[in-house]
Amino acid sequence: MSALSTIQVVPTPLVHYVVRRADDALILGHRLSEWTGKAPILEEEMALANMALDLIGQARSLYSYAGAVEGAGHDEDDFAYLRRERDYRNLLLVERPNGDFAHTILRQFFYAAYADPYWRAMMQSADATLAAIAAKAEKEMAYHLRHSAEWVLRLGDGTAESHRRVADALAELWPFTGEMFLADAEEQALIGEGIAIDPAGLRATWDATVGEILQAAMLEVPKGGFMQQGGRQGRHSEHFGHLLTELQYIQRLVPGASW
Amino acid sequence: MPTPNTPLWEVFIRSRNGLSHRHAGSLHAADATLALQAARDLYTRRGEGLSIWVVPSSAITASDPADKGMLFEPTASKAYRHPTFYEIPDEVGHM
Repeated sequence: MSALSTIQVVPTPLVHYVVRRADDALILGHRLSEWTGKAPILEEEMALANMALDLIGQARSLYSYAGAVEGAGHDEDDFAYLRRERDYRNLLLVERPNGDFAHTILRQFFYAAYADPYWRAMMQSADATLAAIAAKAEKEMAYHLRHSAEWVLRLGDGTAESHRRVADALAELWPFTGEMFLADAEEQALIGEGIAIDPAGLRATWDATVGEILQAAMLEVPKGGFMQQGGRQGRHSEHFGHLLTELQYIQRLVPGASW
Repeated sequence: MPTPNTPLWEVFIRSRNGLSHRHAGSLHAADATLALQAARDLYTRRGEGLSIWVVPSSAITASDPADKGMLFEPTASKAYRHPTFYEIPDEVGHM
């Protein structure tokens, strides 16, 4: 790991593309890890921690690959710990605060319903490394999807309180779901080359999965509406700086620390 | 803490083909589906399993420890029941 306080990511389209996927996984994994020690029940604490580890593992593979593509000597830790806020390119959805358990589960459900078909499609990528990372990630996200969907059903169709909590989460998180399906010109070029996945092509699958589960959970499926965006360009919500403060704390305190 | 909403379940894991499911532990879950997922998350994190059973603990009928003399001691003097008096070919594998 570099002893610098900040790295400059080499701005090529493939590096950007890989870093965006890695940032989604790292930030959501970090959010889930925040539950450690305070989840509602022991069993679910383990489930959340397992999902966090899956995602952080995906981030590690992707950052390592981004570093290899860059050829600038940056390793996975440099990407995770030594960038400034605006250099992270994750979806705004994954940086949303954990809120209550219903918020966390619904956020996980929305992301997994997208990431599972995303990685499944990526298994056919012309880029062999991305295809290999995808094959591993797809199995992990398939389980996240199953687990989170089962909880959405039980919260929505459970007690009056659980229904209210997941309905609140739905109202809050829905505007952050549109960003998943956007791709800028740089990404469109990679899609054309058969390297990247066109997220717009996953929309119908996501709508079907989410619609079916929300309906069975006695929740009203929102119709479109205003969608937030900006994370992919590095424009984050106010919560993100606080998240990074904790994520990067040790590297800021003891630069280059390793163990 | 056990609550009426999350009863206790017993978890059985089969580690590979040809072996039987073995008791791995217990957990609390609202229903069978979540119990199965919790079992996966709690008891198969290190590659222990190929198959999981979960059974409501309340469905288990257990022998009374007070009966152990009557139930188990009579077998102690019947060594001829152990299959140790002939050789098992290696090809048989697990028995």
